[in-house]
Amino acid sequence: MNGGDEVVAAPPGPPQLLDWKFSQVFGERTAGEEVQEVDIISAIEFDKTGDHLATGDRGGRVVLFERTDTKDHGVSRRDLERMDYPIGRHPEFRYKTEFQSHEPEFDYLKSLEIEEKINKIRWCQTANSALFLLSTNDKTIKFWKVTSQETSLVARSRRVYAHAHDYHINSISNNSDGETFISADDLRINLWNLDISNQSFNIVDVKPANMEDLTEVITSAEFHPTHCNMLAYSSSKGSIRLIDLRQSALCDSHTKLFEEPEAPSSRSFFTEIIASISDIKFAKDGRYILSRDYMTLKLWDINMDSGPVATFQVHEYLRPKLCDLYENDSIFDKFECCLSGDGLRVATGSYSNLFRVFGCASGSSEATTLEATKNPMRRQVQTPSRPSRSLSSITRVVRRGPETPGVDANGNSFDFTTKLLHLAWHPTENSIACAAANSLYVYYA
Amino acid sequence: MAMIDEPLYPIAVLIDELKNEDIQLRLNSIRRLSTIARALGEERTRKELIPFLSENNDDDDEVLLAMAEELGVFIPYVGGVKYANVLLPPLETLCTVEETCVRDKAVESLCRIGAQMREQDLVEYFIPLVKRLAAGEWFTARVSSCGLFHIAYPSAPEALKTELRAIYSQHCQDDMPMVRRSAATNLGKFAATVEAPHLKVDIMSMFDDLTQDDQDSVRLLAVDGCAALGKLLEPQDCVAHILPVIVNFSQDKSWRVRYMVANQLYELCEAVGPEPTRSDLVPAYVRLLRDNEAEVRIAAAGKVTKFCRILNPELAIQHILPCVKELSTDSSQHVRSALASVIMGMAPVLGKDATIEQLLPIFLSLLKDEFPDVRLNIISKLDQVNQVIGIDLLSQSLLPAIVELAEDRHWRVRLAIIEYIPLLASQLGVGFFDDKLGALCMQWLKDKVYSIRDAAANNVKRLAEEFGPDWAMQHIVPQVLDMINNPHYLYRMTILHAISLLAPVMGSDITCSKLLPVVINASKDRVPNIKFNVAKVLQSLIPIVDQSVVEKTIRPCLVELSEDPDVDVRFFASQALDSSDQVMMSS
Repeated sequence: MNGGDEVVAAPPGPPQLLDWKFSQVFGERTAGEEVQEVDIISAIEFDKTGDHLATGDRGGRVVLFERTDTKDHGVSRRDLERMDYPIGRHPEFRYKTEFQSHEPEFDYLKSLEIEEKINKIRWCQTANSALFLLSTNDKTIKFWKVTSQETSLVARSRRVYAHAHDYHINSISNNSDGETFISADDLRINLWNLDISNQSFNIVDVKPANMEDLTEVITSAEFHPTHCNMLAYSSSKGSIRLIDLRQSALCDSHTKLFEEPEAPSSRSFFTEIIASISDIKFAKDGRYILSRDYMTLKLWDINMDSGPVATFQVHEYLRPKLCDLYENDSIFDKFECCLSGDGLRVATGSYSNLFRVFGCASGSSEATTLEATKNPMRRQVQTPSRPSRSLSSITRVVRRGPETPGVDANGNSFDFTTKLLHLAWHPTENSIACAAANSLYVYYA
Repeated sequence: MAMIDEPLYPIAVLIDELKNEDIQLRLNSIRRLSTIARALGEERTRKELIPFLSENNDDDDEVLLAMAEELGVFIPYVGGVKYANVLLPPLETLCTVEETCVRDKAVESLCRIGAQMREQDLVEYFIPLVKRLAAGEWFTARVSSCGLFHIAYPSAPEALKTELRAIYSQHCQDDMPMVRRSAATNLGKFAATVEAPHLKVDIMSMFDDLTQDDQDSVRLLAVDGCAALGKLLEPQDCVAHILPVIVNFSQDKSWRVRYMVANQLYELCEAVGPEPTRSDLVPAYVRLLRDNEAEVRIAAAGKVTKFCRILNPELAIQHILPCVKELSTDSSQHVRSALASVIMGMAPVLGKDATIEQLLPIFLSLLKDEFPDVRLNIISKLDQVNQVIGIDLLSQSLLPAIVELAEDRHWRVRLAIIEYIPLLASQLGVGFFDDKLGALCMQWLKDKVYSIRDAAANNVKRLAEEFGPDWAMQHIVPQVLDMINNPHYLYRMTILHAISLLAPVMGSDITCSKLLPVVINASKDRVPNIKFNVAKVLQSLIPIVDQSVVEKTIRPCLVELSEDPDVDVRFFASQALDSSDQVMMSS
């Protein structure tokens, strides 16, 4: 298996460069308006069909949006035409409802405040016309059912899965069996049955007997999209472990380990910090895993554990500034990543409300930088879609995005306070939803 | 009552309460459904109440669950079996809700109703309902339908039967694993209603699909089907079709599947007969007993006695016993604990010689296990071994282990062993209680932990019950009474408590001659807590002893206490005096 060539088998030649356009913004900030901390978006997730989109925020709220362009929601086509809407179909959403998922709490035993901030949202299998989703803050996972009652939508908490995590929950993920899900914190991963909220099974425990021996924590975990027995989790040391739930009840030993050793020459004080993986995502077909660390996006083939099949530089230009980034804690920012439904592209966020889209198909050199504004291409430097240089003979392709960040060309300095951490790719179409502070932007191509 | 005067009243109240914001009121109203139906009469129940309930399906799970349950026994209220079909629509709706327990209950009620329905009604109403659910857009409906086929199938005409089998077969390949799981769970029940020729063809092919499912969660439910189908098939068919599947399952990649096999394997032995058991199932079971995964070994160890009962003793000794030996030193305490909870049952199976030679050393090593659950599991089943090897041998080897547990530094362990002492006493008889055990029983009365002292007092009483007052007078009472002189008042209080428990068992004479003087003496104690406990104990002794004793001994003492400087002592003393007054008046 020679990875680079086989990233995607099907299409002949690299797919076209996508032309990204602004679609919608929700909660746009007016000039000079101050952002309330509680309004900052902390999670974004499309459902499996792409007909719904959910966001969570630091205030513990979950906001739901529904797609309007596929179903006729009362606005007739003629009305749309009269309003001179482009008929070219791309996902459009409208606000559906919102509810308070989590409240701030206080753990009296440990004297700890528990923030209401939503860390993750995951949509669940629809069992009837209602919508179901899981949301979690640092400690407690909740299962929500949203139904329309008469004219309004009502969200009811169906179950609360609490008291199973000593550390902060960083991930939740549904199993393809439709009845179980996992929740991961810094040191443990627990397996739940959706129907049972008072017990869970610990399946991974990396806590050392002596906490002083702790060198590595779990940063993210996700179930395989179709194999119910397989899950992957990433660590602060930059490794991804694939585990097989069939092997044993407590999966302390992994089936496969994916990591790329740093060249000893480039080792520095920051090496370990920037190696930490902030997010992993399986591609829809389950063969590839995308991971994001501070500097790069990496695409892994689960059949090849010798190294990533592709690496995309996201923050290479920040390397000289690592010291400053460490000083102001930015180096610990956790950027999410996502893959397109067809597996041909990957995306992740950056500073100054920028996000980047890379083509990962064989021969593609697509690398686009967009800004989360109404004019996404504003900041983009001319990076012509260079014809792929003859890299295809090399097994491991390191593709580089524009090395010179657009910023410097514009004479702006990077703004570390505006960071685009959360984004999600529509499951079936080329559409990306991303969060810039309290605003949700949707783009299409 | 309003119900009789005004027939509209109950339904109005019901509707009102069913819409109430307070879930408890809604729940109460559902729980009273049969009362309301009786008040309404059969016709209005059919025409008004049931349609109303059909619409009321977006409530809390608890209310829906109660409704699903009530409707299952509602046939008498709608006018008997010939109207049973009116109950189907609300239950059909409940079969589609997302909450599993509500759906399960609705399916259960539908089965209950369907089992009573007339054949033509089943064809006209029940089978179409099953087909509607089976074709449901949401998986919840399809999941529910799987549990109804065994009711629908027997009454169906030939063509419909073919259709029902085809639908079930589709369920076994449904896109949703939830539906396949439900199909796997219900396959045995459905198969039991299917005619033999179809069983061998259609059902077996569905079974094959399920056993090869990608999802562990489906395959492991198919394991259940092995035992169920095995019982339906002729032995030679079972050997041909089920045996290879179960042998494969016993080596499945997924520990959860092997776990299910470990739990079920013994049930298949009878279905396949002795020879395949010896040649295939015993080796499979031995593999499971040595499985890599502790959870699988726990399940296998827990079934070791059941499995051995089916085998002949030679096979058990030759193949299973060596594994049992290994398991007794397994690295997982839970495996050892599971083994300890069943291993005693092997003694009668293996007979005296093998038990003494092979099992006893294992018992002893488990009795010395560092994990208390393991030791307790052994002790709680001692009677089974006693019957085989006799008390002498048992007490020789056991006693040291029990003594060790009795002095365990974890008070919960001590508590558990105390609670077993009366059981041990009844199992092993009076001879087992030598001085050492007697001394232990006394020692617990002086334990540092209240719960232990409390349990010890109870233990003393139960021993007296078991062995009778004479034995108790010799072995317990004097030692207990001695301790009333303990310098610490908490221990003296324990003795008072023990006396109050012993008195009813020992009877009037001994109480008067031995126990009462000690209590009276304690009324002079310097600690008020002792004194008011004396008052309480005296009160409890009043019904036991003669009236003359009450007059002569108990009342004077209580009178004295009722003038005590301490308010609590006065309170309990006067309470006891009041109660003695009442006894006097009533006699």
